[in-house]
Amino acid sequence: METIQDISINEKKEVEIFVKGVKKSFDGINVLNGVDLKIHKGENLVVLGRSGSGKSVLIKLMVGLLKQDEGTIDILGNQVEKLNEKELQHLRLKIGFLFQGSALYDGMNVMENLSFSLIRNQKHLNKQMINKAVTDALEDVGLVQTMYQMPSELSGGQKKRIGIARMMILKPQIILYDEPTAGLDPITCVEINNLINKVKEQYHTTSLVITHDLSCAKFTGDRILMLSDGICIKEGTFQEVFDTEDPRIRDFYNYNFIQ
Amino acid sequence: MNSASGNEILQHKFSFSIWFRQLFVGFYNTAIFILKIFKETLRPPFEFREIIKQCYAIGVNSLPIISMTSFIIGIVFTKQSRPSLIEFGATSWLPSLISIAIVRALAPLITALILAGKVGSNIGAELGSMRVTEQIDAMEISSTNPFKFLVTTRVLSITLMMPLLVAYSAVLGLLGGYLNIHHNELTTFKTFIQNGFSQITFLDLTASIIKSVVYGFTIGVTGCMKGYNADMGTVGVGKAANASVVNSMFIIFIEEMVIVQIINYFRFA
Ligand SMILES: Nc1ncnc2c1ncn2[C@@H]1O[C@H](COP(=O)(O)OP(=O)(O)O)[C@@H](O)[C@H]1O
Ligand SMILES: [Mg+2]
Repeated sequence: METIQDISINEKKEVEIFVKGVKKSFDGINVLNGVDLKIHKGENLVVLGRSGSGKSVLIKLMVGLLKQDEGTIDILGNQVEKLNEKELQHLRLKIGFLFQGSALYDGMNVMENLSFSLIRNQKHLNKQMINKAVTDALEDVGLVQTMYQMPSELSGGQKKRIGIARMMILKPQIILYDEPTAGLDPITCVEINNLINKVKEQYHTTSLVITHDLSCAKFTGDRILMLSDGICIKEGTFQEVFDTEDPRIRDFYNYNFIQ
Repeated sequence: MNSASGNEILQHKFSFSIWFRQLFVGFYNTAIFILKIFKETLRPPFEFREIIKQCYAIGVNSLPIISMTSFIIGIVFTKQSRPSLIEFGATSWLPSLISIAIVRALAPLITALILAGKVGSNIGAELGSMRVTEQIDAMEISSTNPFKFLVTTRVLSITLMMPLLVAYSAVLGLLGGYLNIHHNELTTFKTFIQNGFSQITFLDLTASIIKSVVYGFTIGVTGCMKGYNADMGTVGVGKAANASVVNSMFIIFIEEMVIVQIINYFRFA
């Protein structure tokens, strides 16, 4: 009864990301073999998969950093692979992307990292407005004190949070997180998970979290999708996905909690 | 036995054709890269701030090592040239010999090799690590053209700074030579300058400026290309830095040979 209601609510909601039949191979090795997924407005979808299963490739296709061999990716009504350079730039401004290693510019301090794309994409802003935007973004992630530090002076968790602040400063509609909790200690993981949920509630963003960390999936995901052998093998809530006898999913579950 | 040697020959032929193809692909990729540099340099918006920052980093940071090397080479070259001139009783030729050697050959080449080592490896490693840690991707999706911001600014800066650094190197080399001559032959500064510069022609100066621009461009393009296209993984960064230095030095020597031939054609025409 409840699930039927859920589905009808979802059906009414706008689909913001629509991936259909996406295939991608590198040097003859198939990484993605026809991935289908839909993400509705305001939803957080978690894509789970072992490392090397092509999760990063999938989200890089979404922002046009890579190009798929087959299939279509539709984001906010734009078919990504058909956009020209200018349209792609325009779309990318609506998408926040947190890289696996945070990818902070190491030649610039935190302030410059955050203001970099702001200065370049919103020419009407004056210095005070930029300062305010940077301070606000840093306050959101609780790291105002690091404003003049270099990325090399930050811890892994701080880098992740600065990475989140750097993408939030452009107020994106969609956020793609690439392994937000990988390589962090359990307490920092919880902090990052909280931050992901806070961002979603505060800014009503649609988001996609790529991870192999089950606690992150359980904590942040409205819906979970399991990726294996380049296709989606199961989809649903956390309970639904792991209530199965499929050995690929059971193994994934067991190993995660033995670790 | 027979078939084995036949196989070997086949394999040999095969690898040669691969090598040849790789060489051709390398030339093609370089040509595309250079064309892209010209296209992006000429297309607004211009990254003035970044260019000035890079000019400063490349120019000012290279001054100490260029000063020291050029000065010492000026002294050593003078010292080493003296005995053969003494044999002919021609030590009065020392100033012009040294000026010609430094202005025509030593200053451009030494500066280029030092910068290939210092700036080339730096660019290769910097862009390589930006590639590997996805900073270049991050720049691209925040709607900044990373090629324009990182590559064109660096190539332009080193191409602009090179002639200045070569001139600076020549001045310090001549200073070293002068101090040595002054100490031994008691030549005055005025005589040194008069003798030295009487032999330097407009063609010499033009040739050195052209050389330095070409070398600067070579170092910039090689470093940027290796770094920007670095393989993933930390090994990629080291490889990029290393390849920047080795390749640019190799190309610089070939360019030196070609340019000297062309200049000599004009000199004696
Ligand atoms: N740019 C690329 N060139 C070649 N192979 C790649 C590239 N990007 C990813 N791959 C390959 O695709 C596979 C999946 O990579 P990735 O998406 O990074 O995995 P993960 O799920 O751990 O994020 C890996 O085997 C990797 O070697
Ligand atoms: Mg990954």
